[in-house]
Amino acid sequence: MSEEIIALLKENVIQGRKTIEDEGVDESLDGTPGVLELTQSAIEKGIPADEIIMHGLTAGMQIVGEKFATKEYFIPDMLASAEAVGRAMDILKPYLEASNVETRGKFMIVTVKGDIHDIGKNIVAILLKGAGYEVNDLGIDVATEKIVEAVREDKPEYLGLSALLTTTMVVMGEIIEALKENGLRDKVKVLIGGTAVSDEYADEIGADAYCEDGFQAIKKLDAFQAART
Amino acid sequence: MPREGILVHNPYERMTKEQVRQIHHASMQILTDPGLISFNRRAAEIFASNGAEVTPVSSGDHPTWLVKIPEKLVLHALDSAPRIVKLGARNPDNALILNGEEPRVYFVTGSETNIWLDVEFPTYVKKSDPKIEIQVPEFRPRRGTVADLCQSAHVCEHLETLDGYIRTVNIQDKDITEDNKDVNKFFASLNNTTKHVMSGLTSLSQLDNVVNMARIIAGGEEELKQNPIISFITCLVKSPLQFVEDTTDTFIEVCKRGLPVVVSSSPQAGTTAPMKEAGIMAQINAEVLAGITLGQLVNKGTPVLYGSVPVRARMDNLDDSYGAVETSQYNVDCSQMARYYKIPNYSTSGVCDPRTPGTQSSVERLFSDILVTLSGPQYLHCAYGLLECNSVFCLTQAVLDDAHFQMIKFFLRPARIDETEIAESLKQIREVVATPQKLYISYIRRAMRSRQISPPYPFEGDRETDDVFALAYKRMQELLARPVDHIDPATTARIFEEIPGLLRRQVDGLKTEG
Repeated sequence: MSEEIIALLKENVIQGRKTIEDEGVDESLDGTPGVLELTQSAIEKGIPADEIIMHGLTAGMQIVGEKFATKEYFIPDMLASAEAVGRAMDILKPYLEASNVETRGKFMIVTVKGDIHDIGKNIVAILLKGAGYEVNDLGIDVATEKIVEAVREDKPEYLGLSALLTTTMVVMGEIIEALKENGLRDKVKVLIGGTAVSDEYADEIGADAYCEDGFQAIKKLDAFQAART
Repeated sequence: MPREGILVHNPYERMTKEQVRQIHHASMQILTDPGLISFNRRAAEIFASNGAEVTPVSSGDHPTWLVKIPEKLVLHALDSAPRIVKLGARNPDNALILNGEEPRVYFVTGSETNIWLDVEFPTYVKKSDPKIEIQVPEFRPRRGTVADLCQSAHVCEHLETLDGYIRTVNIQDKDITEDNKDVNKFFASLNNTTKHVMSGLTSLSQLDNVVNMARIIAGGEEELKQNPIISFITCLVKSPLQFVEDTTDTFIEVCKRGLPVVVSSSPQAGTTAPMKEAGIMAQINAEVLAGITLGQLVNKGTPVLYGSVPVRARMDNLDDSYGAVETSQYNVDCSQMARYYKIPNYSTSGVCDPRTPGTQSSVERLFSDILVTLSGPQYLHCAYGLLECNSVFCLTQAVLDDAHFQMIKFFLRPARIDETEIAESLKQIREVVATPQKLYISYIRRAMRSRQISPPYPFEGDRETDDVFALAYKRMQELLARPVDHIDPATTARIFEEIPGLLRRQVDGLKTEG
């Protein structure tokens, strides 16, 4: 029974279906439980959280990644699957804490003061959550002092700053300065992204990395994680 | 089921109804004053015996007649000319149904060019930094051959948007003569594509050989009538207003046999037609109507297409300028006139002025492809691979043009707005607005896989360098490697037994030239 649920979970991740009402890549699973319902069932059946993650969610995402690499899948497919996995992780979080299983890392993401654009930020948040990171999204147009305070409180390993406008990208540098002034700069890696910024700009303001898109964000975080261990 | 082409809802029209009537009346006046000069005796006699005013103009070796065609004859002809013309195909699923009252567009190759453009990709090294190498397409023009025509038909068989095949290149092999050119060009085309094949005729003496070949392939006389796998293009009226001696003979004979035929006129605004729109439109319309009238007098009810290839002159050298904006205006107007008469329109777009593919070529061809398609002509020819007006054909360019037409066809899909779509959309909007991310991305996938989202441009490279031509060339090679459904061996053997002049190497291998 548990094998069946895990197999269905994996298949629904591949199809990017969160709930019973969701569309998949094709119609084969229409009207059947999605990732969230199956995750709940798996918990109720007593399947350990780490097994749900490893054999259901991660195994499904592995296949999604392969399909994306071979261009069978496109970004909407990847995002749908990542969002499903991310939401399943929310359900599993208390069980993981109870069993001392750690997430891959804490990532705080925010659109800086003066900027209300959040499509890119949201996509990055979905992808990272789907990749197993614990994501705290502070939202849009967030004041520098609030960001500094959140870093102090939440202690994320990574801070992602997003800005679309050339007029707001300068705030990224101000945030890094504020982190320094508050003695937090060496506690958190700062990654920046958005249309207006670049590798050069990351160097200029002293950020740790520039990410062109969500996929690059995963790669850079994974590299940072690998360097930590 | 015939091919679908693309139905243009609300076709674009430049002229008001009153302007259409004005052009019609001007054309009627032209047909009686000044009338047409006929270099063809039979045409003059046919018109004379049907009530037209025909007067000898000159005698001797090249006698001519002045033919004044009364409106009544033209109107009778328009009544008897079929509104629906079927162009058959070896594969019946590739048949085309051209309805003069329905703006359903089919995309077709042609016309016949003398030059075939080969493409190579030599490597260039940057002088200041020899580590940097780039490959740049280089184009080599040469005379067209039978092998080229076969290769072109082969690739065109696999181009998704391409609905019919007009021979793309003039075959100029050493063993091709006036007496065997027609049978070889028709066989090369028919043997390498299962789509409809249309062509002009080089020699009237070969008409029956060509028709017999088509009859054998179609399965008999009646089968060819029901499924006319071939049709003809005739430019019987040379602008301004002259029935040509030889082509008019060909036209008359094709009409007698009842096979579909295009009455094509190609005036050049500024030289062989007035520069202004009203003038060239009145004249080309008169020229085409004169041809259609002759065809119906020869064989009442014979299927004809209103063929329009109007073009503006270049001001620097008086060559044709298919890239000129006015050329598209004239074609759009002709499409409207043909629809007014309810005769299917053979129209022109996609031809450009430069002799090699590149930016100018892309701009000019896409401009006319979009605009002329929007006007809803039934049979849009010249649309693939043509360069330097009608004199150069490049097969890789034809592959690129297929991508253009995929975009145009997608654009012309009818708007999907109805109660179901609205209800589904409202549900989506309410659901998404209630989520933290507020993204509609998860709803894209089903639409994407049911082809409701336009595909990406197929020749996009890494977006850093322009790889379009290299990728299109690769695609062309892939299509060449894909097999085509040739004429079956027994039928081929019978054709070679009964039809004189066919080159054996057509079935023994493409690459051998005589």
